[in-house]
Amino acid sequence: MRYLPLTDTDRQAMLAKVGASTIDDLFVDVPEVARLDGPIHGLPMHASEMAVERHMKALAAKNMAAGDVPFFLGAGAYRHHVPASVDTIIQRGEFLTAYTPYQPEIAQGTLQMLFEFQTQVARLYGCAVANASLYDGSTACWEAVAMATRVTKRKRAVLSGALHPHYAQVVKTMAHFTGDEIADALPSITSDPELTGLIGRIDEETACVVVQYPDILGRIADLTPIAEAAHAKGALLVVVNTEPVALGAIKSPGEMGADIVVGEGQSLGVGLQFGGPYLGLFAVRDPKHVRQMPGRLCGETTDAEGKRGFVLTLSTREQHIRREKATSNICTNSGLCALAFTVHMTLLGERGLRELAAENHRLACIAADRLAKVPGVEVLNNAFFNEFTLMLGGKPARAIVRDLADKGVLAGVSLGRLYPGVEALEHALLVAVTETTTEEDIERLAQELEASIKESAA
Amino acid sequence: MNAPNTSGWKPEMTPADGLHSGPATTTGNRALMLEEPLLFEIGRADVTGVDLPAVDAGAPNRLGGLARSEAIGLVGLTEPETVRHYTRLSRQNYGIDLGFFPLGSCTMKHNPRLNEKMARLPGFADIHPLAPQSTVQGALEVIHQLGHWLCTLTGMPAVAMSPKAGAHGELCGILAIRAAHEARGDAREVVLVPESAHGTNPATAAFAGYRVEDIPATPEGRVDVAALKARLGPDVAGVMITNPNTCGLFEKDFREIADAVHAAGGYVYCDGANFNAIVGKVRPGDLGVDAMHINLHKTFSTPHGGGGPGSGPVVLSEALAPFAPLPFIRQAEGGEFYLVEEENREERGPSFGRMTAFHGQMGMFTRALTYILSHGADGLKQVAEDAVLNANYILRSMEDILHAPFGASGPCMHEALFGDKDFTNGLSTLDVAKGLIDEGYHPMTVYFPLVVHGAMLVEPTETESKAAIDQFITAFRGVVERALKGDEALKQAPYYSPRRRLDETGAARKPKLAYEG
Repeated sequence: MRYLPLTDTDRQAMLAKVGASTIDDLFVDVPEVARLDGPIHGLPMHASEMAVERHMKALAAKNMAAGDVPFFLGAGAYRHHVPASVDTIIQRGEFLTAYTPYQPEIAQGTLQMLFEFQTQVARLYGCAVANASLYDGSTACWEAVAMATRVTKRKRAVLSGALHPHYAQVVKTMAHFTGDEIADALPSITSDPELTGLIGRIDEETACVVVQYPDILGRIADLTPIAEAAHAKGALLVVVNTEPVALGAIKSPGEMGADIVVGEGQSLGVGLQFGGPYLGLFAVRDPKHVRQMPGRLCGETTDAEGKRGFVLTLSTREQHIRREKATSNICTNSGLCALAFTVHMTLLGERGLRELAAENHRLACIAADRLAKVPGVEVLNNAFFNEFTLMLGGKPARAIVRDLADKGVLAGVSLGRLYPGVEALEHALLVAVTETTTEEDIERLAQELEASIKESAA
Repeated sequence: MNAPNTSGWKPEMTPADGLHSGPATTTGNRALMLEEPLLFEIGRADVTGVDLPAVDAGAPNRLGGLARSEAIGLVGLTEPETVRHYTRLSRQNYGIDLGFFPLGSCTMKHNPRLNEKMARLPGFADIHPLAPQSTVQGALEVIHQLGHWLCTLTGMPAVAMSPKAGAHGELCGILAIRAAHEARGDAREVVLVPESAHGTNPATAAFAGYRVEDIPATPEGRVDVAALKARLGPDVAGVMITNPNTCGLFEKDFREIADAVHAAGGYVYCDGANFNAIVGKVRPGDLGVDAMHINLHKTFSTPHGGGGPGSGPVVLSEALAPFAPLPFIRQAEGGEFYLVEEENREERGPSFGRMTAFHGQMGMFTRALTYILSHGADGLKQVAEDAVLNANYILRSMEDILHAPFGASGPCMHEALFGDKDFTNGLSTLDVAKGLIDEGYHPMTVYFPLVVHGAMLVEPTETESKAAIDQFITAFRGVVERALKGDEALKQAPYYSPRRRLDETGAARKPKLAYEG
């Protein structure tokens, strides 16, 4: 077997050294009833690299790759062009095959990269400090709620109706077990986010209010009034961002008074990957909240010769020191995805990120204008970045998405998929446009959408 | 054959006057050891490594009056500068590709490159999690096939694939246990955790709302079965036991423990971090396990990546399967795969809900399935056997000079545990770890498990050759002998790494967590 270096001669010599006559002497502590006498029945035996490749390629061929068709899906996962050098760097064995940097003398590569990552994320979010990443945006969202309950010593979180429904589900799943109270709602189908109702739900028991920016329908609103209302009641504002590229074009959440900013970093460097691994981003505006943060933190220090170096720090918050009193049970971060994000962000820089954001927005405006011309279709949003909501004039969006997929167009995410069973949302379609979208793609979507709507009328 | 270095160079050939490090250089570089500034010290706001259309400041926008006016504060590099910056940083890292990485309980085995190649096929890497299910049948089938392997290898009937890492998998298992108790109106408050457990176990149980109580270990390094049985009762929701345990031993009374826990109305969570020792040899399902997470990044070779991403599917017993998190995959009678989500009200049953936005770590599933198919049932059995043989070989090659607290308890499993009680002159485990860095090795896991003074947990894995292990033993013995003799110089090690010992206390006292300037 190509991954196992021991030869039978080695094995015999080693068994002799340990005083065992057969390998099974080393498994003597396994109770008889649980011992297997040979390879598990019903499973195939080992296979060559070529045979495995054939098997996996056949499975991959059953999927419709986004790059092969006009593609407009978003809703928390976005398709962007990732420069070739990003993948080259993350495949370097020194990054790929390293462990969590517990031995900092021989892990400065990972640690310095994490310090750069934390700085990039903090600046993008308009915050003071970011951690070294969490699993993904949805789990980061829950961690933010949990942190807010620790900081405020309150147990109630108010979720905006326009928070990604899967994020809201994750928060509700966890809160059920921690005994926190979650006040959630459905999104209102309005041209601008409905803030008055949300503000009205904040009270003296509220630990935090959670708002998505841009929201699940792609809308953008000034969050300053929510920050002021939350702070007036002693609550924190948690802002969730699922599209970091947007922050190259619009104000940062920190600028508008968010206390904790979390999000999904997948857009930069990571790719779609059917939902994972992704990259949870987590930052706080006020440095005094650092000791309540979950997850790894990398900090600057010096070595015994006075040279600058980096270490994982403030680990007294963490499970391996604090055990049941830790701020989170999380061990690992999403290190390699953080590296991909940081390399991509380094290639972009301030200028490139702004240009990328502008290009996304330009194409999204073209798409919105073109799709608004499809009979029976309206664009809901007054404001948007690269994703907006289409109202399909009473037609079920889910059926239309399936119909268009059969025709080789991945049209977007229907709200019916995200909010199953909610009739008021059945006729809405989320459409995302990035720099990878061409004007030909937009035209094809418009034409197929028109045809499909007509067919469903007939 | 067993020479430390076949080139002939030996440490004692270094001149005693300390000139081995040579004169100082202008740059601070030492040939291939290159110093690298921070990105923010070399990058510029107006430089980019990506060609995009310039921003047309006068273009109309629909940003609702929220267009950014302030600078973000980012800097960029061109592509050649970016590649060089991160390549230089990479060279300050130790990785499995570079050398032996015997980090106990972390299973740092070789990461096959076929896995990487397969995960990058556009049919896997370039598909959206919310794409219509008819367009991602192959992806759903990958998850289904991997799930089938995991169930079969563990002898368990069901698997939850969505947990994003080991700790997330633990949470999944504990939440399933809590949901199962709640479903029958049985409010239990306590989870029992052996004192040798990894810190995530108590943290997870506490996060799920349980009170955690410690169960002591016996002098032989196993769970104290009598103490555990005595503590069982109507308030105990379950136990979390690592098997093989963190002392590197198989819990031989596991079945008896499981039966007692079940008889008392509780459930058994098995921490599967050490599954590499028994994969293909023992099925946890035969031992009475109700839930066990599997770290795909340990046993099934997906890369650790400098701290993630991991992946932690959880196998579940019949009793806990109905409570598995959403979404999960089913196969229809016609052969088509589909996701059971919130809307499938009948099929979802009493699921405790969603733990993450999408379906789990697909990129890790493709890698793990590739690895599993490469090995097959026979290869995986050989994996466990070679991993266990390598660990025992190290245990028996060291125990004459290094305290092996459970060496008399019989064979170890895939990791060998040592302690520092015989070191002199104030030397400790940390010094040995740092001494090994100078010898060109990544240190073993240190100071864990907590039940052994100055613990050193050595896990060689199956992907090391005998020659590599022999050379490690020579180096390890050399450093240990220095610690036994009280060699003062060891307290300052490492000497030859990109950085010397770092001031961790100072870093925590005045945290500097982002670049300022």
